[in-house]
Amino acid sequence: MLLAVLSGFIVCLLAPWLTRSLGDRANWVLALAPAALFVYFLGWVPEIAQGEAITIHYPWIPGLEINMSFLVDGLSLLFALLISGIGTFIIIYAGGYLHGDERLPRFYAIMFAFMGSMLGLVLSDNIITMFVFWELTSITSYLLIGFNHEDRNVRWLALQGLIVTVGGGLALMAGLLMLAVAAGGEFTLSGILAADGIHEYPFFIGMLLAILFGTFTKSAQVPFHFWLPNAMAAPTPVSAFLHSATMVKAGVYLMARLNPALGESELWFYMLGIFGALTMLTGSIMALRSTGVKAILAYTTIMALGTLTMLIGIGTEGAIIAAMTFLLAHALYKAALFMLAGALDHETGTKDVTKMGGLRKLMPITFIAACVAALSLAGLPPLFGFIAKELMFEAVLEADALTTFLAILAVLSAIMIVTMAAVFALRPFLGERKETPKTPHEAPLSMLIGPVILATLSLIFGLAGFIPAAALVQSAVGAVYGEPIAVELYLWHGFNLPLMMSIAAVALGLVLFWKWDAALALFKRLTFIDRFGAERGYERFMDAIVAVAEWQTRLLQNGSMSNYLITIVLTIVGLTGWTLLVHTDTPIPLGVMDFNVYEAVIAALVVAGALFASVTSSRLGAVATLGIVGFGIALIYVLFSAPDLGTTQIMVETLTVILLVLVLFRLPGFLNYSAPATRIRDAVVALSLGGLMTLLILAVNDVTVTDPISDTLVEWSEPEGHGRNIVNVILVDFRALDTLGEIFVIGLAAIGVYAMIRFRAEDKAK
Amino acid sequence: MNAMDSLILRTATRFLLPLLLIFSLFVLLRGHDEPGGGFIAGLIAAVAFSLYLFAFDASGTRKLMWMDPRPMLGWGLFIATLSGLPALFQGKAFFAALWWPVHVPGIGSVTLSTPLVFDIGVYMVVIGSVMAIVLALAEAEE
Amino acid sequence: MEPLMAFVVGGMFAASIYMMLRRSLVKLVIGLILLSNAANLLIFTVSGMHRGLPPLIAEGALLPEGGWADPLPQALILTAIVIGFGVLAFAVVLIHRAYEVVKEDDLDKMRSTDT
Repeated sequence: MLLAVLSGFIVCLLAPWLTRSLGDRANWVLALAPAALFVYFLGWVPEIAQGEAITIHYPWIPGLEINMSFLVDGLSLLFALLISGIGTFIIIYAGGYLHGDERLPRFYAIMFAFMGSMLGLVLSDNIITMFVFWELTSITSYLLIGFNHEDRNVRWLALQGLIVTVGGGLALMAGLLMLAVAAGGEFTLSGILAADGIHEYPFFIGMLLAILFGTFTKSAQVPFHFWLPNAMAAPTPVSAFLHSATMVKAGVYLMARLNPALGESELWFYMLGIFGALTMLTGSIMALRSTGVKAILAYTTIMALGTLTMLIGIGTEGAIIAAMTFLLAHALYKAALFMLAGALDHETGTKDVTKMGGLRKLMPITFIAACVAALSLAGLPPLFGFIAKELMFEAVLEADALTTFLAILAVLSAIMIVTMAAVFALRPFLGERKETPKTPHEAPLSMLIGPVILATLSLIFGLAGFIPAAALVQSAVGAVYGEPIAVELYLWHGFNLPLMMSIAAVALGLVLFWKWDAALALFKRLTFIDRFGAERGYERFMDAIVAVAEWQTRLLQNGSMSNYLITIVLTIVGLTGWTLLVHTDTPIPLGVMDFNVYEAVIAALVVAGALFASVTSSRLGAVATLGIVGFGIALIYVLFSAPDLGTTQIMVETLTVILLVLVLFRLPGFLNYSAPATRIRDAVVALSLGGLMTLLILAVNDVTVTDPISDTLVEWSEPEGHGRNIVNVILVDFRALDTLGEIFVIGLAAIGVYAMIRFRAEDKAK
Repeated sequence: MNAMDSLILRTATRFLLPLLLIFSLFVLLRGHDEPGGGFIAGLIAAVAFSLYLFAFDASGTRKLMWMDPRPMLGWGLFIATLSGLPALFQGKAFFAALWWPVHVPGIGSVTLSTPLVFDIGVYMVVIGSVMAIVLALAEAEE
Repeated sequence: MEPLMAFVVGGMFAASIYMMLRRSLVKLVIGLILLSNAANLLIFTVSGMHRGLPPLIAEGALLPEGGWADPLPQALILTAIVIGFGVLAFAVVLIHRAYEVVKEDDLDKMRSTDT
């Protein structure tokens, strides 16, 4: 299982090399990888179809309870099959679509990385690993949307998708962690689903909203729907895979996954029901006013995502059956339609349906496949989409609340979807032959095999609903609903209200198709609505972030060294001083003043030297007194039992003087720039820190917090370290690794100095 | 450093330099038992070379040092890191110390150890770093 | 001795911060030197000061005679002194380079230059 999930990443590393060495045939070879995965996952079907749920553990960071654990049940298996199955066709298709493109190796690499992330996401049992994969899908998706990275606009759109989904990811992380806490510290999905008392969690509402913020942004629910159509800047194979069948469904997956744990909540029902229904309607309306082949499909995807969210929100048995059926149906027809859209765009050179016409003779296979897939989209018998739509209507009608509202929205959106399905399937192919930028002919085999097979599956599943029902849908429904449910899928549900709704929707949809050009003209006049759209909100938000960043940079990073330093010093004095005041007895005892005369003289020399150096106006005087300070300190070290320190200090003092002679005297003399008032302020700041340090030393004198480890080091020095200079034994033996780090620092400083001087010399040479 | 063209300094340096260098080696080798060690010994040697630099010039100092300071710095880091490895082959932790008493004819028993190797690495790093800085500065001036 | 040293260290910290707050680059360097010395002395002082008890073991003995000054802070300060020199060298050369580019010793006049 681990290999199955990671294979995407392994192939990702091999893909560029394989693509280069295999040339034109690379897509067929590379497609073997997802195909093998598909077969592997098919092997799980018999077991899972019995209603089994299997978890597999591989320790990853056991100390933090983060394991590579995988959960295989009906839901994850359904997704895994869709990802690997559709992925196979997409890889083949990409070879045709991007034929001869030199960026193809990179494309395959990211595509496989995405596939691996997506599989990891749907199969993970540990929520931390799931989240890691969740974010990986956002990142790989960003790379894919921005595939034409030389185009500034494309980069902007890719970034938009990234910011929206990753922003949601941030909220999701918070939500998932709260969920883990609510479930009693349970970090596995299987554990969370089995946990009690999640609904009694005090921050339940916040947790739910955080999780939903993550899933709504990922699955492009209103008002975050705007990034999805913009993601169509990606090459078509990407759109077909990520933005129809997989990534955008990650949010739906998570909602479905958590439904047994959270679904009882009223808030869950209303949030999912209302936002899902609104998304469904928005997607349909936006689709209706689009003319680009990919844009139409993108908006119908939003419609589908809204429908799925709504159905999970309704959460009745029928609704969950409808959701899983709809999910499968949508993945099949949408991937097919996207690939066909890519074929149209590839062959004609335009994306605008109103500029295409009469292609049925030139591209007959494309035409037939488009008709079949579009019939499924429109929800007409005998296709699988029809079953899904009937179930959806039934589910809406039996919702616990909001029944009328949901039903009206469902029918309205169904009408528009029928229209757009008709537009997509008929406009480019029927009517008069229109001139297009390229002379179209049938797309190559690699670009047709996927859509034809997927469209055929839509037909087979429609006619023989028991196949998907038994193999996939039933176990998936069981996983989402929380207990096993018997599922039977068939076309004829009797002459009932849902059927009436379907008939009405199809009839009205066809009328709308007939008048579509007039409707488009009407919409063109209504573009002012865009000014109030969600995308404007996003732009405003981003502008505000930049404005705040500029403001706080001006405030904090004002470029004045003394301001930074004063801030740091005062913070230290404030925090440490306050702690000192609160936690120690005042007044702090002065302690025993036992010192000899010569010690007092040395101490006085050191402090006087330091003070003199800071007030003198002579540079030479300052350096000379600095020398006195340094040698005085060396003497203190020697007098107080640290001969090694004394020697080191003297040597470094000598070298410091050499350094100052070599460099410092090349700088201007001791100039005084500050006004007297500033100097007084600085003196106060400096004295406050000096005073604090004095008080600190007095306060900690004679205080022992814990036993020092030094005694052990001393005892070990001779027997274990074979050395009698304990300081040296510590440096080269007990703490050798530490010392190694320190000599690396010294080396780095030297290299830095050398580089600066060397570059200066080169600059001068120029 | 022609400004410091002093006969006394030059003569004194000629005498002092060998003494200081021998002293630095002595401090390095005895450092495990008496005050001293790689850091101090390295600084003493660096001061000695700097003295020579002031008395004579940069190119002379370079010739005097048996190795260019930057490679010396690199080798020092390399040797110091290497001294941690033998313990790994004995199944001990990185940088666990190992000792090998060796009998050298004429001198007697000498103990070779990884801490000594490490200290030699430190010694080279300190000389290399300080001299790389000082020489670069002096050469930039010339 | 520690109470006396408390005032020495305090005085050195005050002097170093005062110097680092000056606008002249050269004074900044002096402040930096004082600061690293002050920090070393601070650690040395709070670890306890003892006369004539170096952490050295006589030949043949197992422990230093009559007690010992804490060797661990000494080891830490020893490397800190050497690293302090490395950092000082870096700072001095960096400042010199900045001065060469900007031709300005006054820190407040350097604020708009990203060179």
